[in-house]
Amino acid sequence: MTTATPEKETAPSVAYVPTAEGLGAVLASGEQPPRPSAWSASVTFGWRAMLKIKHVPDQLFDVTAFPIMMTLMFTYLFGGALAGSTGEYLQFLLPGILVMSIVMITMYTGVGVNTDIEKGVFDRFRTLPIWRPSALVGALLGDVCRYLIGSTVILTLGLILGFRPEGGLTGVLLGVALLVAFSFAFSWIWTMFGLFLKSEKSVMGVSMLVLFPMTFLSNVFVNPETMPGWLQAFVDVNPIAHLVAAVRSLMAGTPDGGEILWTLISGGVILAIFGTLTMRLYNRK
Amino acid sequence: MSKHRGDLAIQASGLIKTFGKTKAVRGIDLEVPAGTVYGVLGPNGAGKTTAVRMLATLLRPDGGEATVFGHDIVREADAVRGKVSLTGQYASIDEDLTGTENLVLLGRLLGHRKPGARKRAAELLEAFGLTEAADRQVKNYSGGMRRRIDIAASIIKTPELLFLDEPTTGLDPRSRNQVWDIVRIIVAQGTTVLLTTQYLDEADQLASRIAVIDQGRVIADGTPGELKSSVGAGSVHVRLRDAAQRPEAERVLVRTLGTDVTLEPEPVALTARISGEESGRGAAEQASRALHELAAAGITVDDFSLGQPSLDEVFLALTDHTANPTDEEVAA
Ligand SMILES: Nc1ncnc2c1ncn2[C@@H]1O[C@H](COP(=O)(O)OP(=O)(O)OP(=O)(O)O)[C@@H](O)[C@H]1O
Ligand SMILES: [Mg+2]
Repeated sequence: MTTATPEKETAPSVAYVPTAEGLGAVLASGEQPPRPSAWSASVTFGWRAMLKIKHVPDQLFDVTAFPIMMTLMFTYLFGGALAGSTGEYLQFLLPGILVMSIVMITMYTGVGVNTDIEKGVFDRFRTLPIWRPSALVGALLGDVCRYLIGSTVILTLGLILGFRPEGGLTGVLLGVALLVAFSFAFSWIWTMFGLFLKSEKSVMGVSMLVLFPMTFLSNVFVNPETMPGWLQAFVDVNPIAHLVAAVRSLMAGTPDGGEILWTLISGGVILAIFGTLTMRLYNRK
Repeated sequence: MSKHRGDLAIQASGLIKTFGKTKAVRGIDLEVPAGTVYGVLGPNGAGKTTAVRMLATLLRPDGGEATVFGHDIVREADAVRGKVSLTGQYASIDEDLTGTENLVLLGRLLGHRKPGARKRAAELLEAFGLTEAADRQVKNYSGGMRRRIDIAASIIKTPELLFLDEPTTGLDPRSRNQVWDIVRIIVAQGTTVLLTTQYLDEADQLASRIAVIDQGRVIADGTPGELKSSVGAGSVHVRLRDAAQRPEAERVLVRTLGTDVTLEPEPVALTARISGEESGRGAAEQASRALHELAAAGITVDDFSLGQPSLDEVFLALTDHTANPTDEEVAA
């Protein structure tokens, strides 16, 4: 911030005098264009998210460094022990790590919503005559880009380490598409918490509390057949486990229709429930 | 826009908002004539922001009703949003984006296509003296520039009603004057402005009507002149040569003016209020009569001044009357 201070001092505000001609003319020409469509308003908010990435690139740290660390850590930590060789284990692990990392970074959505509200910029958005969910939908569209960046980073690293998906490019792209679509739906859980909880810290805390069990108590690292019965029962209903299975099957070139359907349905249900709750909170706030 | 002159921009009755145990607004009535600046004056925590947020459709009232240009703020919120703009107390622009980006973003959200939004942004930046800062992030703006971009963002589409929540709090005198000039130009173009402030001179300078609110209630309203005359026509401030003559001077002033006389901390000074209505005489005439009587009583006056009543006095007088300690405890 020190570099910004001298700029402030030399600000040209000293010379500014509002004039009736200049300002008056601008006011006289401020007519109302037709209202933007729901889609166009959402895309505009998505553009805002892109601008924020441009100005505050540190936020990409979450979608690059964190997944890289996860991939390296778990490949070498579990690779030898669980599968005998890291190369073989990677074929099983990488799709799981991909899902886990992307689902983990969905929580920054809630943090983002929460800080936006703290700063008062949402007050202005909420006084605009636009489709109400567009601010949140747009923010999530921006997050979808972050998920795509994160996925690219992990897959590139995976390829370097020796991940060779049987499903080829098509399988990988379909897997990523399913993952991103699910994450978009899943993110509405965090927009709800972002609106509902008081501080950024509590949003983080709650997110961790939900995400750790959902991602670790799954089939990301090991085949659930080795788990005790009660844990298997949890994994069976855990939507993340179904997502992992679906993505894994797509990337392996053996699409599992059942798992894909399960994933799409659970995503739809999450979106319906948490999208509604979010909008209710957003309108009442 | 003159079609609204004579109409009411805002009509509110019995607005209530409670946050948990805090009764932020406990029954506010307002009638804001279109085409004017209406001042809402109150100390910290009076409920100004809460009232504005309800009228701007950001908060749903717990009780009471209000219309903005005839549209109900709850049932027809979308129609209200089409007519109002809000410049909030805390920056309602994105500090991470540049000035241009903020205005283009909002222009797009109001329905401009990209070239139209860019053109509009450039015009506004020019009119607000921010062209040079256009491509800098707003977080690097000075306080005055921030306020200006915030107001500029509120008039991308010229609103029929503009809410300005404490627009000059924290600004230096020059920036404050710039904002005042901007408000005057905006209202001259036909936009109604509802302005909240803690500064009495600001309401006095800009507003044609003022509502004084305290602890979530309107405790007085009227033109600045009416509010002043409800307290008195002014006051005479007198300095004597000899402190020993003060008790005698006090008696003379009480007799001639018929009002309270305050003994100042300084042993030679005293201040007397001049009542407005009762005597039917002007403040200056009453004051000169008082001076005459003092001279006749053999009291030497070293210095003398006639003060206009300030809104400060109005405010203190009003809040003194209504201060209610039990309510305070309930609110806390
Ligand atoms: N979201 C909220 N949750 C809980 N209490 C609130 C909330 N917003 C305001 N309050 C309380 O309501 C009361 C009125 O607050 P408000 O912000 O409307 O006052 P104000 O007149 O705008 O004050 P200031 O001059 O400090 O801006 C205060 O006691 C405040 O603490
Ligand atoms: Mg306030």
